[in-house]
Amino acid sequence: MPNMSLKKVPMPEQDPNVRNHNFQEVSLGYTAEMAMEEATRCLNCKHKPCVGGCPVNIRIPEFIAKVAEGDFKAAYDIISDTNALPSVSGRVCPQESQCEARCVRAIKGEPVAIGRLERFVADWYRENINAMPEKPQTNGIKVAVVGSGPASLTCASDLAKHGYEVTIFEAFHTAGGVLVYGIPEFRLPKAIVQNEVDKLTALGVDLETDMVIGKTFDIDEMFEEGYEAVFIGSGAGLPMFMGIEGETLAGVYSANEYLTRINLMKAYREGYDTPLKISGSAAIIGGGNVAMDAARCAKRMGAKHVYVLYRRDEEEMPARKEEVHHAKEEGIEFMLLTNPVRVLDDGTGKVGGLECVKMRLAAPDESGRRAPKVVEGSNFNLEVDTVVMSLGTSPNPLIRSTTPGLETNKKGCLQVDEETMATSREGVYAGGDAVTGAATVILAMGAGKKAAASMHEYLTKKHSK
Amino acid sequence: MVKIVRKKVLNPSVTLLEVEAPLIAKKARAGQFIILRLDEQGERIPLTIADYDREKGTITIIFQKVGLTTELLADLNEGDHIQDFVGPLGLPTELPEGAKRVCVVGGGVGCAIAYPQAKTCHAEGIEVDVIAGFRSKDIVILEDEFKAVSDHCYIMTDDGSYGEQGFVTVKLKELIDSGVHYDAVIAIGPIPMMKFVSKTTEPYGIKTIVSLNPIMIDGTGMCGGCRVTVGGKMKFACVDGPDFDGHEVDFDELMNRNAVYRAQEAEEKERHACRMDQLAKEMIQ
Repeated sequence: MPNMSLKKVPMPEQDPNVRNHNFQEVSLGYTAEMAMEEATRCLNCKHKPCVGGCPVNIRIPEFIAKVAEGDFKAAYDIISDTNALPSVSGRVCPQESQCEARCVRAIKGEPVAIGRLERFVADWYRENINAMPEKPQTNGIKVAVVGSGPASLTCASDLAKHGYEVTIFEAFHTAGGVLVYGIPEFRLPKAIVQNEVDKLTALGVDLETDMVIGKTFDIDEMFEEGYEAVFIGSGAGLPMFMGIEGETLAGVYSANEYLTRINLMKAYREGYDTPLKISGSAAIIGGGNVAMDAARCAKRMGAKHVYVLYRRDEEEMPARKEEVHHAKEEGIEFMLLTNPVRVLDDGTGKVGGLECVKMRLAAPDESGRRAPKVVEGSNFNLEVDTVVMSLGTSPNPLIRSTTPGLETNKKGCLQVDEETMATSREGVYAGGDAVTGAATVILAMGAGKKAAASMHEYLTKKHSK
Repeated sequence: MVKIVRKKVLNPSVTLLEVEAPLIAKKARAGQFIILRLDEQGERIPLTIADYDREKGTITIIFQKVGLTTELLADLNEGDHIQDFVGPLGLPTELPEGAKRVCVVGGGVGCAIAYPQAKTCHAEGIEVDVIAGFRSKDIVILEDEFKAVSDHCYIMTDDGSYGEQGFVTVKLKELIDSGVHYDAVIAIGPIPMMKFVSKTTEPYGIKTIVSLNPIMIDGTGMCGGCRVTVGGKMKFACVDGPDFDGHEVDFDELMNRNAVYRAQEAEEKERHACRMDQLAKEMIQ
């Protein structure tokens, strides 16, 4: 008899007023009992709509049935069969718009907590078994993967399982892409990312860090060196600025810089050499998940007031509801329908405040979206000494400008065949934010998976000739 | 991880290290830089490639001890390793097409960066004048190297303790006024020096290339920490530079941005000094 409770089993969390002073994980995860109880809410429906909502098509009801039985190892095997990074996706996926959005239980009440269960299973496996996968029999074919974010890790994992000799080229000193430099420790502990990377190297994937593709080494040279196919998963790491006065004053950061200093360089930890300006008050500009991450980091770095400035209203905010909720609990102050027009100089070249205007939403346009309009004469000054621009990112031009024959669109995104992820150059595939512009971790993972399948098909054909 | 194969102390505060980095040596060109990180807890700092040897597969860096990381770097010896060494980054220097004569102006440790510029121009058959400026005699570096790759080499000291007395700008103006025609001036050194060289050449309309040194983190264009204003537009020095037209750069803004962490940097250095004192005491006991 299924558990007909309308609500998910709640997940324990650190107290908001404790956690906003530390970088430890906010959500503490299910215990085995909680997981088994939540698992019994799954109806194991025949048509399995949830699976279609998952970009990497995890066999959801199957793994949940194993959780209900208490056979967590079997549950892990089912998940890891299609998902290379379960402890990551279970934490950072927007499940409410993917698997859980299609859950039958969501018609009346809350959906099954698929993400929390996935996370529980992955964490249980890491803590109790943590067996490294065995290196599959090699087929002797070399393939290269550019970047080591979620798209690349997934692609590399699938290719390695087929027996390819995979080399990942990463520009930074640590693998993981946005998982290590962007998403903070309190949402995704870095030890967990490292464990996923370790599993990949156990599969025989060779990881070359400090390799800036297009500078140290380029794609033509990869083919000369005997790599037979290349996957580009270089992401969208180029930050946007507003183009307003005062944006180059000391104390104005892009969210990328702010988060990289904190997450990758560990500026928040004693003994690490990278500095970060400690704010009295900080304004974070933008309404996405990155803005939430930056705001919550600023609070943890000791800022008294942290404001999130967004030019539309809360309904239109692209950030996950859960992240906005967490931010509010931690004392982040939201200033909606507000836009900066000028960063003020304190007289010494540092940020002395932010001049803002109030906005209003016009009637919906043809696209159905209500455009924000300035309320004339509503200018006011906000007292802050740090401003973090979190306006979105676009693909870095480095690879497209150094690889002849790669077609891109107006926004600088690599163009691919949507079915195969093949670029305009033979043997070169791409996926993730490098193709779509800034999107989600799980979409990147889905794209990496798709690309691995078509690279396998391409190479199989090539070698059977 | 790269290995240090040669160390040479050029003056009490300036050190040369040659490291094994064959992939970078294969691609490096004058004007480009590397980013390094000493160890797991280290920060990433940019340093210009002062020389490269494609056959030996080595890169030479020359740096001044100005804070924690450069102090620690200067303490390393031949055979030691540097954990991360990334490059070549940035765009190589581009001279005006058909340039026949250039003046390379170096200031202090900036001479280390000016040197590969002079060397490259000289190798391409361009007539090279070098003006190298230092505070005083005891910090003069690379004099022989400069002489080997230039047609005329002028060493200047602020106090007149060596070479000619005066700033590099005085010598530069003197040469231009005496009728020497330069197709380009390349100025590398402290920001005020690059600013005043640019101001000196501006009335004459001589193309002036400066190599900017803003704060960097990744060095690959993903954070904008190194943004500078050039010709009224925002540029990222790590990917659009580090070379820019000196007549278009907002030097005052750059100076201001470079001062953001000064207090914290001093603290870090202090912390390191305390740590070293502690170590020394423990060793004595």
